[in-house]
Amino acid sequence: MGNPRLVDPARLVQLTVSGASSGCIYGLIALGFVLVYKATEMVNFAQGEIMMLGGFTAYTLIAKAGLNYWLGAGLTVVIIAAFGFLLDLLVLRRLIGQKQFSVVMLTFGLASIFRAVAGMGWGYDPVGFVTPFTNKVVRVGGIVLSETSMSIIVGTVLLCTALYLFFARTRMGLAMQAASQNQLAAYYMGVPVKTVFSLVWAISAGIAAIAAVLLAPVAMVDVNMGLIGMNAFAGAVLGGFGSIPGAVIGGVVVGVVEQMAGYFLPAGFQETSANLVLLAVLIIYPQGLFGTLTRKRV
Amino acid sequence: MTADGVPILRVHNLETYYGPIQALHGISLEVPCGRIVTVLGANGAGKTTVLRTISGVITPERGQVQFAGRNIGKLSPDQVMRAGICHVPEGREVFPFLTVDENLRMGAYTRTDKDAIERDIQTCFDYFPILKTRATQRAGLLSGGEQQMLVISRALMGRPKLLLLDEPSLGLSPLLILQIFEIIRRINRDHGMSILLVEQNANIALQTADFGYVLEVGRVVISGDSAELLQREDIKEFYLGQRGTSARAAQRWKRKASWH
Ligand SMILES: Nc1ncnc2c1ncn2[C@@H]1O[C@H](COP(=O)(O)OP(=O)(O)OP(=O)(O)O)[C@@H](O)[C@H]1O
Ligand SMILES: [Mg+2]
Repeated sequence: MGNPRLVDPARLVQLTVSGASSGCIYGLIALGFVLVYKATEMVNFAQGEIMMLGGFTAYTLIAKAGLNYWLGAGLTVVIIAAFGFLLDLLVLRRLIGQKQFSVVMLTFGLASIFRAVAGMGWGYDPVGFVTPFTNKVVRVGGIVLSETSMSIIVGTVLLCTALYLFFARTRMGLAMQAASQNQLAAYYMGVPVKTVFSLVWAISAGIAAIAAVLLAPVAMVDVNMGLIGMNAFAGAVLGGFGSIPGAVIGGVVVGVVEQMAGYFLPAGFQETSANLVLLAVLIIYPQGLFGTLTRKRV
Repeated sequence: MTADGVPILRVHNLETYYGPIQALHGISLEVPCGRIVTVLGANGAGKTTVLRTISGVITPERGQVQFAGRNIGKLSPDQVMRAGICHVPEGREVFPFLTVDENLRMGAYTRTDKDAIERDIQTCFDYFPILKTRATQRAGLLSGGEQQMLVISRALMGRPKLLLLDEPSLGLSPLLILQIFEIIRRINRDHGMSILLVEQNANIALQTADFGYVLEVGRVVISGDSAELLQREDIKEFYLGQRGTSARAAQRWKRKASWH
């Protein structure tokens, strides 16, 4: 080996932290994939584009309209969540019972429509807005970490805790789990299943909006930012595509692998590492890290 | 409040289709308030379809479903439940990854009276003590009999005025069947709950119910008081598995055999 870079622990920590932070973004997008899939058995390939719309919405509210960062961010989440709800209500609900293939094609179609509409509305130049975390660093024992990386990681942990409490402790969270596990039985309990599924779409979209806001200090907002949805998809598959903690952990692993590949491997590997992870998981370990062998009843 | 004995459920001339296939050919039946009514019939007779049509999973092509004086034929299943009908479907549809306790709480999804919900959970545990010891276990890991107890309890948590039970005896040991039917009787007695009970096990169903209907290929062919039905030769022959000797029974058998 003899590579001096291998033994620099401070650098390794920095790489891990920045990998984990982009991985958290993947994890949040992956969470959106998995929540919708568990509830409706649809794979929403427009999840990354919903994040992109969140980024532009936040830009409009914060940079253009001059709203306070926190207010603008909160409003963005509400707007995008409502958008997700309506998307299900008006479009996707009609596809329940159709072939998987139709759903995949539809969501791919929606993704390109969203890109085109965003291009028309906001243009094709990258834009950005200032956040309380932009260009700040924290020092932990002599290691310099960017505050943005830390804010992404902390934000993700807080969001995941809130989601966990929501699903485990609240009546609506329990009803969402129940409707995902046995739709008909949930109807028999008086759960308005269709509305509950639209709310799952709203939550997934809201999470994507939060991801966009968290990502803003490190990456510009542009029409193609949704393409990281494919890296997130790799994370979701690695996590077992169906497990909620698996989605987040899978996303983080993909992010860290990506950073490490960029540092230790020849140029080009960083960009393809997520796809390599996806291929490797599908071939070697298709059930993923947290996959359950128990299939849900349909 | 519906007075005791007055029909709480009235199904009139129900015709239900699965696509082009007609499953119910004009079924009429009634459940008097506070009584147990059973629907018997062979496999494929349409028993499950009757319950599914009542609870709004399938919309009937023709006919009415009246519940407590209200027309519920066009409501969705969640609205039917809120109207006061809980359906315990065939095949123990638990929420497999939720715990027993969470399954019971899902049964009370439409309710907001917290204290009464806790009391009702205790009542379910009184009926089926094994559920208490499994309270924190995933429902998917319960035995078939335990799952049957759970889905009945879960429906009770909705405090229905009418309980629909689809073959609660299916796949259970004879002893457990006796226990479950004893509980069904107790539920009816303690809460005055009206029950529509679909069964293949005609013997125990008729011993439990006040009134019975027999379906054949989507039609009601016999109806009467349970005590009366238990005495009928053709019912003894074909549903109670006893050897009948009457000429009428033999004739029915011939007719039935010629269909296959
Ligand atoms: N989803 C469906 N699609 C098409 N036909 C169906 C469907 N469900 C039931 N059927 C048909 O409708 C008829 C009545 O079925 P149903 O399930 O009501 O019978 P059942 O009396 O409950 O029988 P079992 O005792 O076996 O449960 C049968 O001929 C069946 O094949
Ligand atoms: Mg049936």
